[in-house]
Amino acid sequence: MAAFFDWFRWLYEATGINLTILYDAFDRQRMVAGFWTTVWLCLVCIALSVVIGVVGAWLQGSSLKWTRRAVQGFIALFRDTPPLVQIYFFYFGLGALLPRVPNAYGIPEPVLTNVQWAIISLSLFAGAFNIEIFRSGIEAVPRATVEAAEALGYSRLRAYVHVVLPLAFRICLPALNNNLVNLVKTTTLAYAIAVPEMLYVAKQIWSDATNVPEMMVFLLLAYVFLVGCVVWVMGRIERRLKVPGIGL
Amino acid sequence: MAAWTPDQPLLRLADVHKSFGAVEVLKGVGFDVMKGEVVCIIGPSGSGKSTILRCINALVPIDRGSILVEGQEVNDPRLDKLALRRKVGMVFQQYNLFPHKTALQNVMMAPLQVLKQDKAEVEARAHRLMAKVRLQDKEQSYPGELSGGQQQRVAIARSLAMNPELMLFDEVTAALDPETVKEVLVTIRELAEEGMTCVLVTHEMGFAREVGDHIYFTDRGVIVEHGPPKEFFARASDPRTRQFLDQIL
Repeated sequence: MAAFFDWFRWLYEATGINLTILYDAFDRQRMVAGFWTTVWLCLVCIALSVVIGVVGAWLQGSSLKWTRRAVQGFIALFRDTPPLVQIYFFYFGLGALLPRVPNAYGIPEPVLTNVQWAIISLSLFAGAFNIEIFRSGIEAVPRATVEAAEALGYSRLRAYVHVVLPLAFRICLPALNNNLVNLVKTTTLAYAIAVPEMLYVAKQIWSDATNVPEMMVFLLLAYVFLVGCVVWVMGRIERRLKVPGIGL
Repeated sequence: MAAWTPDQPLLRLADVHKSFGAVEVLKGVGFDVMKGEVVCIIGPSGSGKSTILRCINALVPIDRGSILVEGQEVNDPRLDKLALRRKVGMVFQQYNLFPHKTALQNVMMAPLQVLKQDKAEVEARAHRLMAKVRLQDKEQSYPGELSGGQQQRVAIARSLAMNPELMLFDEVTAALDPETVKEVLVTIRELAEEGMTCVLVTHEMGFAREVGDHIYFTDRGVIVEHGPPKEFFARASDPRTRQFLDQIL
């Protein structure tokens, strides 16, 4: 392994291609940590945004007018504003209004860290889209199928969980894939509030080593890899859920 | 209210009215069904036949009148719909199976998820029901892999899995090929012979004549004429009934 890393030091000396993240232990550790921060952000935001989508789409079908309106308002707010503005709004706007609490050393700190704000903000952003995506799937489930469930004694919630959602999920998977891929890419916006994810770490490294082109190429490839993983997993889920005999 | 006893009608409709918007679909429909009886409702399209069935299991609320199932008022806001739907099974024209589950799972779902019954017991019952509708070799097939007639028989088994007191059949053969109509009718006939109380909306006059205990002819939201099949088909006197029967027979 050491020989592998040293080869990149030789590469730098021979050609000027400066990949400090490979031959320099400090930069390497920074970038590995940044990579895992990005992965963590992605996984948590994907999970939360899907939950928001499922619950929001359920509430959207509520018989209570104000519940439906509240969901519409939420979607309007988070789908129709730029995600960067949302992140700033949460971190600098809401964050400043919240009380500070003393940490272990007695120094006052914000209740929520920048990573937590990034997770909240990105999850709500992607969640708003997911509500609309799940709604499209739910509306494609034939009313007659839901009626059959009702005739068998299913309550609205039980029919949603056991019949509507499993079918809607299959219908809307392609659209959901798109949104989750977008979410993974949008995690780079956490850079703006100094969350040490990949883009942020790359910027720190190129500030020190002035290797901007190398870091940009690396970033591009890293995201191709990350998104590739998401697409691969979603493809597997899609195949797994395939039901013989219908186009779903 | 006095408790229901088996000598009273299992199902009693009285003066049932129902409008969809400005259109009055049911204009005072009433009839009784005793336990074990097979009642057939016939009539031209749009005469309110399907609406009657959908009102009986509270899929559609009625505007006026009364529907009693085992003495329990369906048109009561405090009605326990789950309790009602346990008693009343319904089979639809378009089968409406759950396409993401196998035939066997379709039969097992409601007893497991709604009634929370024991899995082994439900599975044993589901196997018996699949054999009863002669589809034991199709248990692992998905609805999309089955023919219309097979799907409809799974749908019947799915309803029976809830052990209903009353089965409603809403033009269950209308979407089927002529060859597969028979296999579904055979299943329904067997049910009727076992004493299941059935209300059928049907266009199968031959079947109604053979299996039905009582025929109701509806037109434009009212029951025009009714009687036991032999008398009904031989002596129907109302011009609307005659015209309908002449067209169909």
